[in-house]
Amino acid sequence: MTRVRRWLPGLLLVSPSIILIAVFVYGLLGWNFKLAMTDKHDEIAEIPGNFVGLENFTGIWSEERWGLSVRHSIIFTVVFVVGALVLGWLLAFLMEKDIRAESGFRAVYLFPMAVSFIATGVVWRWLMNSATGERAVGLNRLFHYLGVDFLQWQWFRDPDWGMAAMAIPAIWQMSGYIMALFLAGFRGVPEELREAARVDGCSEWGVYRHVVLPMLRPVTLSALIILGHISLKVFDLVVAVSGKQIITDVPATFMWTAVYDSHDPAKGATIASYIVLSVVVFVVPYLIWDARKGKRS
Amino acid sequence: MAAVAVSVAGLLTLSACGGGDKQESGGGQAAKKVEVFSWWTGPGEADGLKAMREIFAKQNANFEFFDAAVAGGSGDQARALLSSKLQANQPPDTFQGHAGAELQGYIKSGKLESVNFLYDELKLKEVFPQQLIDQISVQGQIYSVPVNIHRSNVLWFNPTVLKDAGIDGAPKTVEEFVTDLEKVKKTGKIPLSIGSQWTLVHLLESVLLGSLGTDAYNALWTANADWSNANVTKALENFKTILSYAGSPQDDWQPAAKQVADGEAAFNIMGDWAYGYFHNPPEGGLGKESHKDFDWAASPGTDGTFMWLSDSFTLPKGAPNRDGAIAWLKVAASKEGQDAFNPLKGSIPARKDADQSLYKDYLSWSLEQWSGSKLAGSIQHGVVANDAWRTAITDAVGLFQQDKDVAKFQQALVTAAKNSGQ
Repeated sequence: MTRVRRWLPGLLLVSPSIILIAVFVYGLLGWNFKLAMTDKHDEIAEIPGNFVGLENFTGIWSEERWGLSVRHSIIFTVVFVVGALVLGWLLAFLMEKDIRAESGFRAVYLFPMAVSFIATGVVWRWLMNSATGERAVGLNRLFHYLGVDFLQWQWFRDPDWGMAAMAIPAIWQMSGYIMALFLAGFRGVPEELREAARVDGCSEWGVYRHVVLPMLRPVTLSALIILGHISLKVFDLVVAVSGKQIITDVPATFMWTAVYDSHDPAKGATIASYIVLSVVVFVVPYLIWDARKGKRS
Repeated sequence: MAAVAVSVAGLLTLSACGGGDKQESGGGQAAKKVEVFSWWTGPGEADGLKAMREIFAKQNANFEFFDAAVAGGSGDQARALLSSKLQANQPPDTFQGHAGAELQGYIKSGKLESVNFLYDELKLKEVFPQQLIDQISVQGQIYSVPVNIHRSNVLWFNPTVLKDAGIDGAPKTVEEFVTDLEKVKKTGKIPLSIGSQWTLVHLLESVLLGSLGTDAYNALWTANADWSNANVTKALENFKTILSYAGSPQDDWQPAAKQVADGEAAFNIMGDWAYGYFHNPPEGGLGKESHKDFDWAASPGTDGTFMWLSDSFTLPKGAPNRDGAIAWLKVAASKEGQDAFNPLKGSIPARKDADQSLYKDYLSWSLEQWSGSKLAGSIQHGVVANDAWRTAITDAVGLFQQDKDVAKFQQALVTAAKNSGQ
């Protein structure tokens, strides 16, 4: 009786969220995978959809648009994750030097976080206008005024590296947040350790290289996971900047087209499954690592 | 089956009591709401809707108009929401849709009721052009009431830029068009302005029509159409040539049209909603003077053919207030309703008996063309191809924009036609 009294209230407390998550996250995830494995290529209710195994998952690779959107997604992810990590780290590094008005700077760099991707996209669509030369506006115009016309380019309309341009607003928005993470990480390194290193004759760079950076590894990993899953699911930013155009197609916009324009639920579910799987690939190693670490300590 | 029985029963009662349904549903209660779903929220179109709504209120004291408009240009967001509502069997009483193949999905899944009874009752087949009736009928059934007609194949141009390039008058054929584009290019202006990806699909439909001719174009949308023949190849080659003269893509059709109005570009091919943008006073438009600051002609090679698109209203099965929806459709179909709506929206009525004096400038030209031209349906705006087909064409155009590979483009169009299920 007393044992029940110990765990029952706790269970009752969390059970609503367990049930809701079970139904609305895992239940619907399962439903989505089930749909992706059927041939329900029309949303008419009378077509039940027969089980076809992994046919949709393999078939989609023969579509040119899919290959393109995966390529775009990879370019975007690499540029965005690396860009935000490096910039965020750099900002934190500068901030850590006990500069004056630090909290003011911190707020300034964090503010973009408060803006939605849609608003960011609308502004950057204008900044990254592809017109060059006489007709340039936005950043291209700025380059013109600064006399660096050779920097003008097509931004997100560049057929090869357009998605790298698309990552710029995302970096702008998220690097402040990464900075905050890293700053917390820097502050978490005990001052005694640094002093010990210095006493042992370590240069300032060496202190960072051998003492601080290794201790930042968990923070870096968290930042990587956070950025990675945002990046693989990106939809709002792309739609706000360029709409549903092939030139900036990513899996999420392709999914929207498949569901709402082509009326092909199975294809939409297939793409959704791939997005989930790609995020899982990112997150699961982290969870395993985390669990192992928990055991060790 | 039960749904069919119910709707048939509803149909019978309606035709039995004719105009008498007013007393029936009125019954001294409070006015019943009629939910009208549209994407008319912009300047002009919202005013037109309001004008029709006033007529509706005057004629139907027992119904209250409920505006369920969802903002967003071509109705992208509205259609996504609508599709979810219909899937959940919670239709609005009536909704806006492009007349033609765009409604096919809804028709096939049994979401729409045929409105043939209304056409018979109001004798609409006599006042709408026969070709229009043919092009919106599905196996003898009509599922929507067209309120307005827009024209897709319009070539907008800047007379001054043309004069400077030594071009007198708009090009008549695709070949002339290419020659003119070359002339403009030499002056350093943008020969042809384009917007985002969908404006290229819009351009493609005009080029296809102008290159193939009306009959061959219309045949593309029939069963067993041949997309792989040499004429289509030629048309796509033309498209490629014309695209090579395009300026850098703008964010949407307005900035592209503005380049023509500002004298930066010579030509732009866009639907006739561009007229309102050119002509209306600032805020909603650019306040330009027609025939002087900007001018128009049929897009090259399409003179004598009216490539149309139309906003229409439907009767969803299981509409909560079916009588109210029918009352709305009657207003939308009426001469009074269409003449109130269209001058404000900047389109022409689908009816042949419109009051000509209400339509000025571009609209009077358009009205004249409408009554005397052959008709062809628009791709981009949902007339000839169902959603799946249109999306496949849009994808093909988007990929073509990058690799400019005509053979692959044509193959994609052939596949799109085969897989359309239309």
